Amino acid sequence: MQPIIIIGNGIAGVTAAREVRKLDSQVPILIISGETDYHFSRTALMYIFMGHMKFKHTQPYEDHFWKENKLDLKRAWVEKIDHHSNSIILQGGEKLGYSHLILAVGSTPNKFGWPGQDLPGVQGLYSKQDLDELEKNAVGAKHAVIAGGGLIGIEMAEMLITRGIGVSFLVREKNFWGSVIPEEEAMMIEDHIHEHHVDLRMGDELDSIHAGDDGKVSHIVTKAGEKIECSIVGLTAGVRPNIDWIKEGSEVETDRGILVDNHFRTNLPNVWSIGDCAQLRTPPKGRRPIEAVWYVGKLQGAFVAANICGDPQDYNPGIWWNSAKFFDIEYQTYGTVMPDPQDGEKTFFWKAPDKHITIRINYRENDLAVTGVNVFGIRHRHQVWEKWLSDEAKITDVLSQLAGANFDPEFFNQYEDEIIAHWNHDNSEQVTKTVGKGLFSTLLTKINLFKAN
Amino acid sequence: MLRESHSIVPPDPKLDTIQRIGLSVLGIGLVLFLLALFEQEIATGSWVFYTMLFGIVAGGITYSLRTHLKRPPGIHNNNLVKNTFTAVGAGGWLLGIIITGFYTAYYFFYQESALTKAGTEYRPSITQIFDPLSQLLRNSNADIWFVYGACYTIAVLIMGIKALAKYRHSKYQIVRTCSIMFCQFGFAFIVPSIMERLNQPYFLPNYFWPLEYKALMPDKVETLLSSGKSMAGFVFGWGIIMTLVATPLLTYYFGKRWYCSWVCGCGGLANTAGDSFRQLSNKSRTAWKIERIMIYSILIFVIIMTAMVWMDAWWGTLGGASLPVRKVYGFLIGATFSGVIGVGFYPLLGSRVWCRFGCPMAAVLGMIQKFKSRFRITTNGAQCISCGNCSTYCEMGIDVRWYAQRGQDIKRASCVGCGICSAVCPRGVLSLENGPTEQREEYTMDLLGSAKARKLEKK
Repeated sequence: MQPIIIIGNGIAGVTAAREVRKLDSQVPILIISGETDYHFSRTALMYIFMGHMKFKHTQPYEDHFWKENKLDLKRAWVEKIDHHSNSIILQGGEKLGYSHLILAVGSTPNKFGWPGQDLPGVQGLYSKQDLDELEKNAVGAKHAVIAGGGLIGIEMAEMLITRGIGVSFLVREKNFWGSVIPEEEAMMIEDHIHEHHVDLRMGDELDSIHAGDDGKVSHIVTKAGEKIECSIVGLTAGVRPNIDWIKEGSEVETDRGILVDNHFRTNLPNVWSIGDCAQLRTPPKGRRPIEAVWYVGKLQGAFVAANICGDPQDYNPGIWWNSAKFFDIEYQTYGTVMPDPQDGEKTFFWKAPDKHITIRINYRENDLAVTGVNVFGIRHRHQVWEKWLSDEAKITDVLSQLAGANFDPEFFNQYEDEIIAHWNHDNSEQVTKTVGKGLFSTLLTKINLFKAN
Repeated sequence: MLRESHSIVPPDPKLDTIQRIGLSVLGIGLVLFLLALFEQEIATGSWVFYTMLFGIVAGGITYSLRTHLKRPPGIHNNNLVKNTFTAVGAGGWLLGIIITGFYTAYYFFYQESALTKAGTEYRPSITQIFDPLSQLLRNSNADIWFVYGACYTIAVLIMGIKALAKYRHSKYQIVRTCSIMFCQFGFAFIVPSIMERLNQPYFLPNYFWPLEYKALMPDKVETLLSSGKSMAGFVFGWGIIMTLVATPLLTYYFGKRWYCSWVCGCGGLANTAGDSFRQLSNKSRTAWKIERIMIYSILIFVIIMTAMVWMDAWWGTLGGASLPVRKVYGFLIGATFSGVIGVGFYPLLGSRVWCRFGCPMAAVLGMIQKFKSRFRITTNGAQCISCGNCSTYCEMGIDVRWYAQRGQDIKRASCVGCGICSAVCPRGVLSLENGPTEQREEYTMDLLGSAKARKLEKK
């Protein structure tokens, strides 16, 4: 019996492997990765650099886990897919047959053709290899330039700062992460970036990268014409599907990513694709065709496993959610909050004075149904928001029960009273607080939080 | 919008001038302490004590505050897994050997060697230099156990201030750290001293059977109750009530943490002086197996030992067989494990070696926590990114991530509820919560399962 081969040991591929194993205890499963021997948490790369964790700590399963669950691992780079013979060809020529093939090959950092973008010292940050390279580049470095104001950019700034390396952070947008978060939140994040002693330059762009006599990067020039001396350039202007080798070495149909239907099938028989590299031909309503996010990869891994194991499931990811941490500010979002309210949508925003704490709830103007929330500096319960959003609860009901969604640790300041007062000040429909925080909250009992399945 | 101006030079990750000054002043204090410990003549007179105390306190606090206040509030465990002292490098081994050696010498040889050296009248220098403090509190001269208690308390207080600075963004950590500092200072240091001053029996309100097994040894009880001291009954009753009533009740309502990370002195030292070593606890499944075998064996040991001692004392049934058992327990568990290994191995195996593998009190609390308690660590839906900070920084060696990434609540016997997993989580996934016991059954968020449920609802 030929194995199910999964290319890529990131969260999507490994979730697919685990979920297949749950559904079928016998089918052989082989996970191939050229990056690392064992699955690790990509989101934790920054903590390795900062010395919070060793690489070993970022591996979610002990080494014995794979053998006990009969998940075979192979360290290799794949070169070609020969779907006529249901096999893949590794670098070096080894040929392996598959019954099903799952492509979970992830992303690669974007490069936009900047002059000097391939010089030593210029790099993105996505893979373990990128991290190793950054370790080398950081030795003796005094100053770095980071180009691109997304989540990886701010992580890279945080990482370098811990080594005492100065950072100039070039962000093209007017507001930080302005394509995703609204202006008020962006302003707060910008302030916080300054607090961490980063030379943040909004509305500025990388123009060209230049080498010194040693052939390594020595400075960059911005679009505004300014020269900045540096020995590291971080290219963090987003990622794209890592599919160059698939375009060359297979007949898998691609666009920006690997094209898949809503069962994650590619155009080739028994070849599937999930995670960062997959591009949905018809994404679910309100979702993008490529979502390079940890949670999406995990979810898609579960769906593809069901589809392969004969339990067909249309992709239905439920409400959108995501999280991040900007230096010390935690961020969670549930539902959809665009930088500006959509048609027929209103926004309710509150910020704690002099603190890095905000909440924004978007809701429909006609029936007051909530459509999304951004919280910075307060932790909120996933299941509660999932319930409110799928029930299309009214914002007034949500506000009166807001403490029930609070997931902050004990003794933390609670802001529900101020938030409600802020609403009542601006709106005619008055709200009073009806539930409290914690597991004894009547809200949690009411929505059966603990009996989900 | 007017913005505050900030330097674009990041804080120096190496020791800066203020940290160096702090460490130097601390060093002067420690040198005086060591001179006294090694019986050097320099160390006499109250000026030595006050200089030493000033050096340790001022130096320690200066270094601690500067180290953490030079970065904004938040989790900054920078370089902790690379630093030679906190990552079992040469510095860690050196520190481990020094502390272990110090404890061994102090527990087993110090008093005796000091006595034989100069006859029965001789008092070690280290006790002499602590006389001013002892006189102040107890109205009598210091002995080596007063010195030990004072040093332990100073360590908890100074390193407690460091913990307060480090975790200043978390109110749970602030309240909890204040509690352990207060309990060590007040209950374990001041109260026994005052009791002695008032000619009352020895009283450590935050230790009781089975951790403080002596509290239920018949000879101790008899001495206590026949002492004629007015508070003897209270002291005895306190111990009984804490063991039989407070322990199950408080653990039911709040979990094991009410004791292990809020009140206990061992936990107090672990969460202050030991905080920088918490990542060294072993997270493997094998370590968990060894933990369960050891901790419950020691619990059985202390129960059998206590029973035997009582049988001997009341009925003489065992013909004195309990004596060697008690001696072995006292030597192996009471002194060697809880003292020497418990603290000496901080830089090698993490700060909770005793609490995790040895403490019989922790075993009892753990069983109550596991089977009959409102406490659990809840996980927030599917927000976990499997980064591993929670597991890495769990001082009890719990693989917290294993549960968090499955969306499963955590109710492990060993969890002391320190709350650091929740603090270091970058995605707000973990929270220590007390809730209805009927909601505490294992709950897993099956990603596909919930997606399926949604699909059915929509139809």
